[in-house]
Amino acid sequence: MKYEAVIGLEIHSELKTNTKIFCGCATGFGAEQNTHVCPVCLGLPGVLPVVNRRVVEFAIKAGLATNCTINKYSKFDRKNYYYPDLPKNFQTSQYDLPIAEHGYVDIDVDGEKKRIRLTRIHMEEDAGKLVHSGTTIKDSATSNVDYNRTGVPLLEIVSEPDMRSAAEARAYMEKIKSILEYIDVSNCRMEQGNLRADINVSLRPVGQKDLGTRTEMKNINSFKSLEEAIEYEIERQTEVLEDGGHVIQETRTFDAAKGITLSMRSKEEAQDYRYMPEPDLPPIITTDEEIEAYRKGLPELPDARCERMEHELGLSSYDAGIITSSRAMADYFDEVIAEGADAKLAANWMMGELSKNLNAESKTIEESPIDAKRLGDMIKLITNGTISSKIAKDVFSAMWTSKDAPEKIVKEKGLVQITDTGELDSILDEVIAANPKPVEDYKSGNKKAIGALVGQIMKKTKGKANPKLVNEMLAKKLSN
Amino acid sequence: MNVTKDDMKNVAMLSRLSVPDNEAAKYMEQLGNFLEYVENLKGVDTDDVEPTTYALPMENVFRDDVVRPSLPRDAALSNAPLKEDGYFKVPRVLEE
Repeated sequence: MKYEAVIGLEIHSELKTNTKIFCGCATGFGAEQNTHVCPVCLGLPGVLPVVNRRVVEFAIKAGLATNCTINKYSKFDRKNYYYPDLPKNFQTSQYDLPIAEHGYVDIDVDGEKKRIRLTRIHMEEDAGKLVHSGTTIKDSATSNVDYNRTGVPLLEIVSEPDMRSAAEARAYMEKIKSILEYIDVSNCRMEQGNLRADINVSLRPVGQKDLGTRTEMKNINSFKSLEEAIEYEIERQTEVLEDGGHVIQETRTFDAAKGITLSMRSKEEAQDYRYMPEPDLPPIITTDEEIEAYRKGLPELPDARCERMEHELGLSSYDAGIITSSRAMADYFDEVIAEGADAKLAANWMMGELSKNLNAESKTIEESPIDAKRLGDMIKLITNGTISSKIAKDVFSAMWTSKDAPEKIVKEKGLVQITDTGELDSILDEVIAANPKPVEDYKSGNKKAIGALVGQIMKKTKGKANPKLVNEMLAKKLSN
Repeated sequence: MNVTKDDMKNVAMLSRLSVPDNEAAKYMEQLGNFLEYVENLKGVDTDDVEPTTYALPMENVFRDDVVRPSLPRDAALSNAPLKEDGYFKVPRVLEE
């Protein structure tokens, strides 16, 4: 039988506020354990939480940017469960009246567009962090708890089970990440756990409407793990079903080192969260006027920006898609072309040399030693004929390690392109005289043979000759 | 109101309480009394009362996103039954 995978994601995104959701403790990453805690986030008796205004603002923006309806009456609820990372024994979250519902985002996988629906977006508090004494939670006799992260504001973005492959799930999560970056509500540093996903995967025979039994993988925090976990789970469930077995509804953990998922609990009790309205937090009322004001304040979003780059600047949809996938990249690109650089060259350089160098040093584009202005200036030197594209690579390398302007580097290193026909003339004659074979080939009709001669000339001039000019002059000389 | 032993056990489990068998009857009776007390509310005429989640007429109570001092770590940990290296220490998380 042929099976189809049905995948839904719950994405948790930490918001980039200064303080926690219900108290004034700082949210900064990497502080000493249990130094960002107070009676409110430790859940001591008698304290009163108060909602951070910015959290609501960020949540509404995220809702609007993902085409959700904003609930004008929204409230917080207590979700009761016992786990040592939760000092109150309940998580303050939202149950039946989340801040935003019924949205969608569009994704593109290998040129195929697809709409993924969002069930809801709600606000909640993050939990603390457990450090286990053993190597895994299972073999640890004790665990240590750091409550710094407890109460850090989270958005939980819940999708409908609309994805059918690991690639679609990845594209969806990338789109959510890029939207959150564009509207500037989360740092989305996956390695720091700012953005993580719980994945639900089930299989059903192709053509069947009812959903199969699903398994859940929690806290996936890289795109690579996301794809691997889904692919492994699809394979595993297919085997179970093909052997005539039943998939057990359970939570599984993904072992990134081995690339496999493992059952986390031997017996799965039905969770009873006993949600109840949070009596300490009054409801959140948002007016139509306020919602409209937030909508007007939204920046240009990735889809719109991508379209603009394709249609107004003539980039390929692939290039535009990559450049607009992160706001930092798109902003950098816009700055490069604001310098007067050619858009296509700018895209090529960013996706080529720049990305290559950044990746090699694990740097983000914000940390690039070459800022947008200098790259723009360098590209202008190519377009105005001062340097060839080949020499530009050397200039780029020099710029990577120095703060000098590209013009200065070109001048000091004597990299200015040779466009003086007199100077080139004698070099051409030398090369023609020294390479009778390709000259003969060319004359007898093999036009490709000119390449060997151009190569020699470029070598002799250390790449400084203008290749276009060399080609023209050679062709003229050889046809005489 | 009649509370069964299963009801009582379930409520106890949800609150991670262990109830010895010889006290089961006592707690079943107490829980039953609570429910009976709440049952009385059913007698009140609420036809003209709009349903509400909150007892207080308040909405949109917010604070600005400004950092306030946290507790010194020693104070934060002062009530912890177990601690280690500035952490709260807890027993095994998953049941074997």
